[in-house]
This record gives sequence, C-alpha cells and structure tokens, in this order.
Amino acid sequence: MARITELHVNGATRRLDVDSERSLLSVLRDDLDLTGSKYGCGEGQCGACTVLINGQATRSCITQVGDIATKPIVTIEGLEKNGKLHPLQEAFLEADAMQCAYCTSGMIMSGVSLLTKNPNPNLQEIIAGMQGNICRCGTHPRIVAAITMAAQKIKGGAK
Amino acid sequence: MSEMIELEIPIEPERYELQALPTYIFKVDRRNFLKIFGTGIFVVSVLDHTAIGQDRAGQGESGRRGGRAALPKEIGAWLRIDENGDVTVFTGKVEIGQDIRTTLTQIVSEELTVPVKSIQLVMGDTDLTPFDQGTFGSQSTPQMGPQLRRAAAAAREVLIEQAADEWKVSRDSLSAADGRIINTLTKKTVTFGQLAKGQKIVKLISDSAPTVPADKWKTAGASIPKINGRDFVTGKHQYTPDIKRPGMLYGKVVRPSAFNATLVSADASKAKAVSGVTVVQDGNFIGVAAPRQDLAASAAEMVKAEWNAPQQPSSKDLFSYLKSKGAQATPAYSSGSMTDGLAAADIKGEATFTIAYIAHAPLEPRSAVAEWDADGKLTVWTGSQRPFGVRGELAQAFHIPEEKVRVIIPDTGSGYGGKHTGDAAIEAARLAKAAGKPVKVTWTREEEFTWAYFRPGGVIDITSGVKKDGTITAWEFHNYNSGPSGITSKYEIPNQKIVFHQSDSPLRQGSYRGLAATANHFAREAYIDELAHAVNMDALEFRMKNLKDPRQIAVLEAAATKFGWGKIKNERGHACGLAIGFEKGGYLAVCAEVTADVSTGKVKVVRAVQSFECGAIVNPDHLKNQMEGAIMMGLGGALFEAINFENGKILNNHFSQYRVPRFNDMPQIEIVLVDRKDLPSAGAGETPLMGIAPAVANAIFNATGIRLRSLPMVPNGLKPNTDTKPPVAIR
Repeated sequence: MARITELHVNGATRRLDVDSERSLLSVLRDDLDLTGSKYGCGEGQCGACTVLINGQATRSCITQVGDIATKPIVTIEGLEKNGKLHPLQEAFLEADAMQCAYCTSGMIMSGVSLLTKNPNPNLQEIIAGMQGNICRCGTHPRIVAAITMAAQKIKGGAK
Repeated sequence: MSEMIELEIPIEPERYELQALPTYIFKVDRRNFLKIFGTGIFVVSVLDHTAIGQDRAGQGESGRRGGRAALPKEIGAWLRIDENGDVTVFTGKVEIGQDIRTTLTQIVSEELTVPVKSIQLVMGDTDLTPFDQGTFGSQSTPQMGPQLRRAAAAAREVLIEQAADEWKVSRDSLSAADGRIINTLTKKTVTFGQLAKGQKIVKLISDSAPTVPADKWKTAGASIPKINGRDFVTGKHQYTPDIKRPGMLYGKVVRPSAFNATLVSADASKAKAVSGVTVVQDGNFIGVAAPRQDLAASAAEMVKAEWNAPQQPSSKDLFSYLKSKGAQATPAYSSGSMTDGLAAADIKGEATFTIAYIAHAPLEPRSAVAEWDADGKLTVWTGSQRPFGVRGELAQAFHIPEEKVRVIIPDTGSGYGGKHTGDAAIEAARLAKAAGKPVKVTWTREEEFTWAYFRPGGVIDITSGVKKDGTITAWEFHNYNSGPSGITSKYEIPNQKIVFHQSDSPLRQGSYRGLAATANHFAREAYIDELAHAVNMDALEFRMKNLKDPRQIAVLEAAATKFGWGKIKNERGHACGLAIGFEKGGYLAVCAEVTADVSTGKVKVVRAVQSFECGAIVNPDHLKNQMEGAIMMGLGGALFEAINFENGKILNNHFSQYRVPRFNDMPQIEIVLVDRKDLPSAGAGETPLMGIAPAVANAIFNATGIRLRSLPMVPNGLKPNTDTKPPVAIR
C-alpha cells in the first residue's frame, strides 16, 4: 500500500509516514495534532472538517491523503498570521457568530474560501457558499453577518 | 497568617427537617479547600432549603441518580480570590454553547468589581466543583446565577472588612472598584490580591448578601462577547474528541443488530490476532481498542457477532401504539367541568396532533477519553450535561466508589438535552481498563443518530368549545407520551382538563431542549388558531380576549407591533401566523411570515419576529443569539425532522437522510427583548424554541387553507390534508 511521507500544512512541510488511503481529517487530527478541524459526520455532509486545499474549501473527512499530498493545505490553525487573526476570524468574534462553536472552524474555512472566490458576496451567494456547513445551534444569521463584515474588512485593507 | 471563620447559616425548623448538617458541611469543606488550594479568600455558597428540596426532588429528568458526592450536595458553588487578585469560580454547571460561562462570569464581575478577564470559571469537574444535578431545564441562570451573585457579593464584603482592619478605619468609608478597595476619604487603595495574600479566610453564606440591583448593573446586563471566543475561532479549544493522552488507544464498540438485541455468540479471533488490538467481551458489550481509529474500526468489523432481536414497533404504527399504551393518569390541571364548558359553547371541535421522534444531532458526537491510574482511580473527559450523573454511572458500572471516579467536562459541542448520559464514558472506561492504556471513544454520526436517545414522539388530543364572541369555554388536552412540560397555558378558560399519559416508548427516549413544551405549544397554539378562525376573529384579537396575564400580553404586543401584525395582507401562497408561549419562567410570542405552494409542495419561512421576556436580562446579545438559534433549530422539528424506524432499526441515521436546518432555511429573524429589571432572571435556552412551529402552522393555513396537525409538518413537502375537521357550530 502506498505511503505518504510528507504533507504541506499551514506553510510548513510535515514529515510523517501514513497509508495514502487514510482520510486527511484523521491524519491532521491524530497524527499531526491539528485538532481544529472537526469530525461531524465523516461523510462530507456537515462541513465541520473543512480545510483549504489550494485555497479551495475541501471536506477533509472524505479526502484521502494520497490525493492531496503535494498540494498546500491550510487548516484553521494556519489562518492566524503573526498573532493577527484573519479578518473572518475577527468578524466571527465581533458578530459572536457561534454558540457551542464546534462548527466554527469549518464555517470559517468555508467562508474564507468563499471570500477568496467572491470578495463581495450578497446574501444569496453566501447562502449558496455555506449551504454545505451545518450549525446545529442555529447561528446562521450571525455567520452570514460575520462573512459580510469580513468582506468589508478585507476591502478596507484590514488584511 | 490570619484565619477567619464565619457561619451565616440561618437556623430554621425546615432546615433541620431536611438536612441538619451545616456545621458538618463546613468542617468537611474547609479541610478540602485548604488542602487543595492553600491560601486565599474562599466564599462558599450553601444552598438554602428550597434549593436543596428541588435538588432532591428533581433527580430524574433522564438517566440515573447522580449518586453520593465527595463534596456535600448542600454546597452550590464556591469561589477563591488568590494573591494575584485573580478570581476562580467553581461550579458544577457546564458550557454547551448556551454561553453560561460568559453569563456567570458577568454576574461575578458585577458584584466583585473585577474585570471579566481576571475571572476564571472551573466548570463540571467532579473533583473540583461542588455537586450539581446537571445543566438542563434552563436552571443555570435562575439557580446558579443568584448563588454566584451572593458569593461574589460576600467576597466583596470580606475584602472591605479586611481593608478596614488593616487600615484601622470604618468600613463605611471604603468601597470596592476594579479589583481594589478604595478609601474614599484618603484615596488610598489596596488590591484584592494584596488583601488575599497569605490569608486563609473561609466564609460560608446561605442568605442573600446585598447584591447590585439589575437597574444598576454595569457588567451584568451588558453584551459581553463569548468569554473564550478566541480559542474557538482559532481551533485551539479542545473538545473531548480533541483530547489525546500519552499512549492513548482508539476504541470502537460492536453495535447490536437492532435495539434490545441480546448477544447470542461472537467470534473475535480475527480481531484479536491483529497486533496492538485489545478486544473486550463482557455481557452484551463487545468492543475493541487499537492504536488508530481506522484500525479500531476495521478490527470491530472483523468481529462476527450474532444477535437476537425481538420484534418491535415501527414508525408507521407509532401513534396508534403510543395511544394504545397510554396509562390512565390524574390531570396535571383541571378546573370547572368540561360538560358545563361544552354546554356553554356555540362552537366545538376535536383534533388530534402527532409528534415524531427527533434527534438532537449535536455536531460534536458523544465522545469520551478514559484513563485508569495505578491506584485504580478512573478519570474520564467527556461531553455531558451531567458530570456528577456520569460519575455515578461509572461508579455503578465498575463497582467502585464515586471517590475513585473523576469526570471532567470540556466546553462541549452542544447537547440540547441529548447528553445526559455517560454511554461513551462507560465504553471508553471499559476498553481502557482492559487495555491498560487510555482509550478514546468517539461515536460516528451513524452511531449518534442510532444509539443516543430521542425526543419523545407523542399524540395530543384536544376537545374545546368557544362562544361566538370568542370566549373559550372548555379545553380538554391529553398528551400521550411526549411529556408534560408546557402542558398548561396562560389562557383564562373556566373549564379545563389537562392530562399527561405516560406510554411505552418503542425507542429510547429522553430529555430534549424544551422537552414536550414544543409539542404542547404546537398543538395548543395551532388549535387556538382554529378556534379563532371558527369565530371569525383575528388571531391576535382572539388571544388578547382570552388572556389576562400582563407579561404574556406584553410580549404578544411587542412581537405584533414589531412585525406589523395586520399590516401584511394574507393572500394565497403568502401569509402570516402567530403563536404565544410560557414555560420555565419565560414569556414568548412569535409572528411568522411564510410562502407556501401546494402545487410545488414548497414552504419557506421568510420572516420571523420573536419577542421574549425572562426577567432581568444578563447578556442581551447572547440572549438574542439563543433566540435566533432556537428559531433556526425549531424550524427543523417544525418542518422536516423525523426519525424513521422499523423493527428496532433507525432508517435515516445520516445527515443525508435526516435533514437539519441549513442556511437556505434561514428566515429574516428579528428579535424583540423585553427586559424586566424588576424581576429575577429566568433561563432562556429552551422556551424560545417553542413558538415557531405553531406560528408557521398558522401562517401555512392562512396561505393555503391547509391545517397541519403533525410535527414535522412538511417532511415530504406541503400536501393537502383532508383529515382535519374544523370546529363546528352547534347552535
């Protein structure tokens, strides 16, 4: 069985030795101790495990490490730069866009991906972009507000 | 080093009748506190006799008794001020997304005058925090809030006394502000940390120390953001599934073929042959532990188990089953005579409502990490709403004293009443015991949808009569199985009979956010709407006519005004509905606007305005957050969530088959907070969930003429409903 010996995570090359068929989520969490990405369903239905691969929101629970081993991976832990939060992380805090916050990492990663593709999304575009992420506490209106707020921040040069 | 001991426990006969132990408690606690924490100022909140009574009486919301506690149950909470001036608060309550950590911090901050950043809450750790029955029933704000408020107020008074002694001045010239005591005459200050340094002061309080009235609140009453929010947006916070212990293995349980199945035989030889895998078979339990999660899963699959499952009811027969098994019961409430009430009516009617089982589906599935030490002490980290209850379950399961079990609850990825039991904790502990290493068990989503318990399904029968002028004369209400919460209302009806009938649940059922109040509000408010329609009265006017409670009327007016009730014209396919509610000390009103099209089957809630009054508001933004979330969550159970089952198996145990609310289900939500600073704060986690379903049901009727009497209402889209007969004129 093919082995994967390095991954490019959050700007660093991480050495490891794992079976290429393992899920990216389990490798991130159990082998690299990056537990910010969450298991919610294991079937790509809830979005709690979302990471960026080549900047694109990807469900890590249904992604095999063998398929993305050469590509840059960004997890929630990699968004903060030199102690400065990503504008969407700041916006989540300002909008208090969470309750239990178990979905928050995945929401932020999906939101970052959305804002990269569409820096000024309207309500319908935010809904379409975030539809695959479940928040069971029902903070959807605040998450929408946070994404809108982050778009303003990014436009204003906060990044 | 000084040592000051104070006893402020009022002695009244009731206390002796209930529990004559205050002195004994004091000795035990003082020893424990000083042993564990050394110096500082400690204030211990002793529960008054009413609270103790509630504690004892209310043991069984779900799951078993909490069992005996290491710290006596008469201690509610305690706090410590250390030599750095930092405040540590110990409470058995847990944070599950309701933001109670923030609320309680604000309350302590207000009374102690220390910034919120200097306060740390230790929550739900059975070795460190006092016994607590559990975090449910919207009780944390009304019960734990006042305890911490008076503990913090008493601590402030101790600090003032200390400063007065030190400076040899009258305490009248001293006040507390920003973590310091200030002599208002000399402007001299001393920090709390300086006053606490080298001290061993323990103060027990049980009466009401003077606390800051709500209209003078500065920190309490303010929209303080989530206290540890940064840890959540960075992924730093460790929920139970994120915890890793040295040498830890991953556990996986071999599940039975169906509910209530018994193990006939099992062949685990293949699994046992895998290097590093531990297999445990103990009674009906079979599980494996392995160095990796995927290895554990594949080892569990290698176990060939044969199960024997009995024939069991299926969801298609659920409602006739529940009703046939319903026990006779004395009414929860009765007044006047139904015969007289119906005789006085011009119009009468009967209706049956049904409620499906639904799943909590917390995004963090049940999970636990268990570790046994060399002395046989078990430590378990788990996401639960009942740390002491889980400790009791573990002690019972392993035949060990509770002192040998420590349960720690990390801030948890929600519960909604679904995490009252210690299933994953017991599984992890059993595997850890066999493996001799720490074990983590995290349920898959499929396991979560199958082996957790459910919100009870139910049947509700209503018989009612109303006069042409809109006066309700008779109201008979029978709830089979779903539960008695919120079964009575604020309507002034002279003749009532309200009964809850326990039944035999085909599925494992238990607590749920709002419990049966959601079902009872749905049936009641939908039928009230039918009565209003039968007498040609506006829904708002009809309710006002039958209400007297000023708080209920105030929230209804607040929602109706904000919504513009009566200004939006109902038309085919687009209309409004409203509903009210009262439960757990909170008053609710909701107006909903929907589009509904029977030709396409599509229903969309486009706007919801919800008002709520729960006494003095501690954190307006977090209350708003709870209310918005309750509407979103409530929409699931209202429109499409239902557990389908057949002969002991769940048929829809994936998110792809069990639809939960998503972004495109989101209406425009507007919240109206009615702040009553003159009233004690009630909890708000649950009641805001109860009004959206009937408000939407009534709006759907106004848009289409279709009465929907089942939760969920449109699991397969909107369909004509020919089963409902409206109330009819009898003269």
